[in-house]
Amino acid sequence: MKRPAPNAIVGGTLIGIVLAAAGTGALWTPYDPLKLSFRAKLAAPSSVHWLGTDEFGRDVLSRLMAGATTSVWVSLVTVSFAVVLGTLIGLLSGYMRGWVDRVIMAFNDALLAFPGILLALGLLAVVGANKYGIIVALGIAYTPSVARIVRGAVLSLREREFIAASRVMGNSEAFTMARHILPNCIAPLTVLATSMFGYVLLAESALSFLGLGVPPPAPTWGNMLAGSRPYIGQAVWLGVFPGLAISLTLLGINLLGDAARDKLDPRMRGAR
Amino acid sequence: MPTLLIVAVSVFVLIRLIPGDPAQLMLGDLATPASLADLRGRLGLDQSLPVQFGIWFGKVLSGDFGQSIASQQAVLPLILQRFSISAQVVLVAVLLASLVAVPAGVIAAWKQNSSLDLSLVTLATLLLSIPTFWLGLLFLLFFGLKLEWLPVVGYVSISENVEAGLLYLLMPIMTLFLHEIGVILRMARASTLEVLRLDYITHARAKGLSEMAVLWRHAFKNAFGPTWTLIGLVLGNLLGGIAVVETVFTIPGLGRLLVDSIFARDYPVIQGCLLFVACTYVLVNLVIDLCYPLFDPRVTAA
Repeated sequence: MKRPAPNAIVGGTLIGIVLAAAGTGALWTPYDPLKLSFRAKLAAPSSVHWLGTDEFGRDVLSRLMAGATTSVWVSLVTVSFAVVLGTLIGLLSGYMRGWVDRVIMAFNDALLAFPGILLALGLLAVVGANKYGIIVALGIAYTPSVARIVRGAVLSLREREFIAASRVMGNSEAFTMARHILPNCIAPLTVLATSMFGYVLLAESALSFLGLGVPPPAPTWGNMLAGSRPYIGQAVWLGVFPGLAISLTLLGINLLGDAARDKLDPRMRGAR
Repeated sequence: MPTLLIVAVSVFVLIRLIPGDPAQLMLGDLATPASLADLRGRLGLDQSLPVQFGIWFGKVLSGDFGQSIASQQAVLPLILQRFSISAQVVLVAVLLASLVAVPAGVIAAWKQNSSLDLSLVTLATLLLSIPTFWLGLLFLLFFGLKLEWLPVVGYVSISENVEAGLLYLLMPIMTLFLHEIGVILRMARASTLEVLRLDYITHARAKGLSEMAVLWRHAFKNAFGPTWTLIGLVLGNLLGGIAVVETVFTIPGLGRLLVDSIFARDYPVIQGCLLFVACTYVLVNLVIDLCYPLFDPRVTAA
C-alpha cells in the first residue's frame, strides 16, 4: 500500500477543515455573526473573541464560519450549474455534429473569448449583484469550458466500438448517450470541477470584495475583507483572517488538484 | 475575424438583456412621454434589434462608442485613458514575473525532486493561492501603514510626476508580479519536465553536450510554447480581473471604470469596456500565436 502524496494529505486536510467550518457554520457559530455589540467593537483577539471583533463588535470567528457556509454553498451551486448546463450542451453538440455543433460551438468559442471574470462582470450588470446573480453570472461564465471538454470527449468516444455496438443492439440515441457516453466523461469532469471550484470561490470573493457579490450584512470572506479596509490600521486582524481563510482554501484546492493530476497522468508520476 | 464579430454581437445582446429602458434611465425622473419618445428616436431604440445592431456596430467601427450617461464624456477616449494606466501595471508585472519565473521553472524541472525544486514549487503554489486583493491589502498594511515607505491612497500619473507616479504604481505591480510568478513558474516547470523525458534530450546528453547547452538550447526552446501561450492568457485575464487590485490601491484604471459603471448603470461605458477588453484579449492571443514561429520552427505562420 503506497502512502498518499504529501500534497494530497495537506490539501485534503485544508479542504476538510473548510468544509467542516462551512457545515458547522450553517448550524452553529460561537456568537451570532450579525449581532452588533458596540461595547465590544474592534476588540483584539482574546479568549472571549478568539479572532477579535469588527467595527460593529461582531465576532470575527463566527463571521468567518458563516462566510465559509455562504462561499462554499455559492461555489458548489455555481459549479453544479456550470457542469450540468455545460455537459448538456457538450453532449448535444458532440453527438449531433453537423450544423447544430457548428452553431453551438461558434457561440461557445465567442464566450470563451472573454476572460471569465469579465464575462461574469458583464452578466452581473444584467442579472443584478446579489447571491443569486453571482451564481447565474459565474455559472454561465464557466459553462463554455465544460461544454468544450465534454464535446471533445464525446467526439472521440462516439467513434469507439462499444458505442457502435450499443447502436447495433438497437438502443436509442438518448439511451446510448446517457448509459455509455456520459459515464466516460465523468473522470475529466471531476478534475475540471475541482479546479473550477477554486476559480469560482476566488471569483466570488473578488466580486464580493468589489461590492458586487453577496451584499452586507451577510458575511462572506470577500466582503469582510472589503469592510476591513478603513480599519486595517488599528485592527490588523480584520484584514488578516478572512484573507488567510481564502488563501488556505485555494491552497488546499491547488494541492488536491496537483495530487489528482499526478495520479491520473502516469508520465508525471514521481514528478510531484 | 469572425470571433470579433461574434464578440460584438454577444456584448450587444448582453446589454440589451438588461431590464429597463435606457431612455428612461438617461432622463431619470424628469422624463415625460414626449421627451422619452424623442430620445428613443435619437438613440434609434424605436428601430428593430438587427437595425439597432447595424447602426451601433457601424459607429463602433468608426471609433464612436457613444457617450457616458454619468459624465457625458465620449466613451472611447475615456476607455483608452484608463486602459493606459491598467496596461502599464499589467505589462510591467507580467514581464518581470516572466523574467523571474521562466528560468526558475526550467531550473526546478532540471533539478526535479531536489530540495531546490521542492521549495520553488511550494513557493509558487503558495503565491498562486494568495488572492491579489489580499496580498495587496497586506502590502498596504506593511509598506504603507507600518513602515510608511509608500503612499497608501491616491494616484499620480507618471506623465505628471515620474517619481511620485512610480511610487504609486510600485505596490500594485509588486502584487501582480508575485501572484503571476506562481502561475508562470508552475507552467514553465511542467512543460520543461515533459520535454526533458524525450529521447532527443538523452541523445543530446549522450553526445557530450554540457548540461547548460542541453537545458537552454535544446530543452528550453521546445518547452517554451505552452508557457508563452499561458503568458498571453495571463495578460488578457489580468485586464479583466485587475479591478480588484485597482480597488485596493485606488488606481483609476480600466477595471475600476467598469465596476464603477456597473454600480452607476452607465450602460454605454459598460458596453464599451466589455467590447474593448474582449477585443484586446482576442488580439493579444492572436499576437501570441503569431509569435510562435519565432522560437518554434515546427509551427509555421499558416
